[in-house]
Amino acid sequence: MNAPVENSLSEAGLSAAGAAGFLHRYEGLRARLPGIGLPWLAALRDRAAEAFRAQGFPTRRVEAWKYTDLAPLTQTGFGEPLTPVESALPLPRHAAPKRVVFVDGRFSAELSDADVPVRSLARHLPELEGRLGALARTDDLPLVALNTALFEDGALIELGPDEDGGVVELLSVTRADRPVTAHPRHLVRLAEGARLVLIERSWGHGESRYLHSPVFEVEVAAGAHITHARIQQEASAGLHLSTVFARVAEGGTYDSFLLHVGAKLSRSEAHVALVGPKAAAHLNGAQLLGDGQHGDCTTFLDHAAPDCPSRQTVKTVLAGRSRGVFQGKIHVHQVAQRTDGYQMNQALLLSDQAEIDSKPQLEIYADDVKCSHGATVGELDENQLFYLRARGIPAAVARSMLIEAFLQEAIEGVTEESARAALSEAVAGWWERNAA
Amino acid sequence: MLKIEGLTAEIDGKEILKGIDLEVPQGEVHAIMGPNGSGKSTLSYVLAGREGYEITGGTASFNGHDLLAMEPEERAATGLFLAFQYPVELPGVGNANFLRTALNAQRRSKGEPELDAMQFLKTARARMKELSMPEDMLKRGVNVGFSGGEKKRNEVLQMALLQPRVAILDETDSGLDIDALKIVADGVNAMRGPDFSAVVITHYQRLLDYIVPDRVHVLMGGRIVQTGGPELAKQLEASGYGSVQAA
Ligand SMILES: Nc1ncnc2c1ncn2[C@@H]1O[C@H](COP(=O)(O)OP(=O)(O)O)[C@@H](O)[C@H]1O
Ligand SMILES: [Mg+2]
Repeated sequence: MNAPVENSLSEAGLSAAGAAGFLHRYEGLRARLPGIGLPWLAALRDRAAEAFRAQGFPTRRVEAWKYTDLAPLTQTGFGEPLTPVESALPLPRHAAPKRVVFVDGRFSAELSDADVPVRSLARHLPELEGRLGALARTDDLPLVALNTALFEDGALIELGPDEDGGVVELLSVTRADRPVTAHPRHLVRLAEGARLVLIERSWGHGESRYLHSPVFEVEVAAGAHITHARIQQEASAGLHLSTVFARVAEGGTYDSFLLHVGAKLSRSEAHVALVGPKAAAHLNGAQLLGDGQHGDCTTFLDHAAPDCPSRQTVKTVLAGRSRGVFQGKIHVHQVAQRTDGYQMNQALLLSDQAEIDSKPQLEIYADDVKCSHGATVGELDENQLFYLRARGIPAAVARSMLIEAFLQEAIEGVTEESARAALSEAVAGWWERNAA
Repeated sequence: MLKIEGLTAEIDGKEILKGIDLEVPQGEVHAIMGPNGSGKSTLSYVLAGREGYEITGGTASFNGHDLLAMEPEERAATGLFLAFQYPVELPGVGNANFLRTALNAQRRSKGEPELDAMQFLKTARARMKELSMPEDMLKRGVNVGFSGGEKKRNEVLQMALLQPRVAILDETDSGLDIDALKIVADGVNAMRGPDFSAVVITHYQRLLDYIVPDRVHVLMGGRIVQTGGPELAKQLEASGYGSVQAA
C-alpha cells in the first residue's frame, strides 16, 4: 500500500503514510518547532507525541469514530508546506472588514489587516505557560495530540475585561498543490464581560489532498460573549479535522455556528463545558454535502453548573453519494440542576444514495432538568414543490428555495449580521455547484 | 379558451375522472359544482400538472397549447393559475420572497423585465390593500400560521399579482365568512374581462351570488352530468344533487 508513497519520498519530501509518517516528521521537525526551547512547551509537545504514538489514528472500531473512516488520511503520505508565502495568493472576499490570514498554518502579516486584535501565537509562546493546553485533551483525542505536537502557529486573541473585539475574520488558507498538512493552534481568551465575533473560515487552493487540522481553545470568562461562526470551505480534495474546546464561566456565552460545505472529508468536534451558573452554549450548524463528500459534526456538551441553557440545531443536506454524520452528547452533571437543554438534528436527503447517521446521547445525573432531543430525516416535500412550480417557479429554483428554507431556521439563529451574511453566501455557493 | 375533451385520470389504479368534457371560452366564468369526492380537486390538479395522476385518455388545452404535455411551471407561464383548496404551508420561505420569485419567474418567461424589491413591494401592497390583508403577511412564512381565511386570501393575492389568463379556484369560498367572501369575489370580478376566464369550483350557491357565472356545470362521479346557466346553481341549492343524479 505504501510503495508509491515511499518511492516519491525523496523527490517530493513526503513522509510515509499513517501515524508512523507523522511521528517521523515530529522527530525530524522537533528541534525547529516554535517554543521548543521552553521546557514546559517541549514537555507538552513530547507528551502529546507520546499520546499520539500510543493511540494512532482512530479507526472505526473506536466508538466515537464509528461513522467516519480516516482511510483517506491514513493512506496518504504528506509533506511539509513550502515557504515562503507568495503575496499573490488569491483569497476569497472579506467576510468582515478586518481579517487575519494564516497560510498553511502560519500567520501571514502581509496578507492580514492591521489593527486586528489577533496576534501570532508563535511569537508569544513564552507568555502562554499554563494557558496553552489548559483545555485541549490529548490523552483520548489523537488528532488533538498530533496538533499539540506539530503546531507551528495560530491565532492568539486575548481580550481584557469588558473589551469589545468587534468582528474579526480568521481565514486559514491551505495551498494544496502538494499533499501538505497544517495543524494551527488557536487560543482565544475573553476576560469578564468581553465580546467578540469570530468568523473563522477554512479555505483551500489546489487539487491535491491535504490536511487542515486546527485546534481551538476558547476561554469565556464570566459574562463574556463570543459568536464563533465556523465556515469550512476547503478545496474539494481537502481533509478537514478540527476540534474546538470551550469553557464558559458564569453568565458567559459560547454561541457557535458550524457550516460544512467543502472538503472531501470533514469532521468538526466541539467540546464545550458550561462551568458557571447561567453559562450558555449554542452549538448550531449545517452541513451541505454533495457527491463524494463526507461531513461529520460531533459535539460533547458538559453541563457542569446549574441553570445553564444549551441549544443545538444541526441540519444536514445531502446530495449525490454523500454521507453525513451527527453525534451529539450532552452530559448533565449532578450539580447542574435546572439545566435547559435542547438538541435537534434534521437531515434532508436529495438522493437515494445519500446517507445520514445520527447519534444523540443524553447522560443526565441531575433530577431537575429539561432536556429534549429529536431527529428527523426526510426528502423534499412534493406538495411544497408542486405549489411553487404551480406558481411558475422552475423546478430547480423551487428546490433551492425549499433547501434554503430548511436551512433558514438554523442560520436565522445567528444574530450577528456579518456572520449570517457570510454563512448565507457560503450556502449560495454550494447550491450553485450542486444545482444540476 | 380552456378545452377539455374526454379526460380520464386515475390515482393508484382507481379511476377518478371518467371522461370530462368542458369548454370555457376566453372571457367567461364557469362554475363547477358537485358533491364531495366527485373529482373536482382532482380535475384542477390534473390541469395544473400535479404528479401522482395517471392520465389514461383525453386532452386538455389552453389557447391551443397542450397542457398535459407541459411541466407545472410551463402551464403557469401560459397563464394558468390554480387557487388551491388547501394552500400549502412553506415554513422558512418568506411570503414576499415567494411572491416576488413567482412573479419574476413568470415575467422572465414572458420576456418582461423583472421587478426589483421596491417595485414589487409597491405592487404587492396595493393588491393587499384591496384584499384587506395586513401588510405583515408579507413577512411571514408562506401560509404559515395563517387562518383558513387568510390562506384563501393569500391565494387570491397571488392571482391578482400573477394576472393569469385562466384561473381555477378550488373551493376558495370554503371557510370564509361573508365579508371575506365578498372581498374574494371582488378580487375575481376585478379580473374579469375579455382576456380572462375562470373555473370556479364550489359546492355552495352562495359564492355565485357574488361571482355570477356564465355557465354552471355539475360534476358527479368523475363526469359532467349537467350544464346550464346561473339558474342551475339556484336549482341545485333548492333540491340538492340527488335530483341531478335522478335526471
Ligand atoms: N391521493 C389520493 N389517493 C387516493 N384517492 C384519492 C386521492 N385524492 C383523491 N382521491 C379520491 O378521488 C376522489 C375525488 O376526490 P377529489 O378530487 O378531492 O374530490 P372533490 O374535490 O370533488 O371533493 C375521492 O373519492 C377521493 O377519495
Ligand atoms: Mg376538493
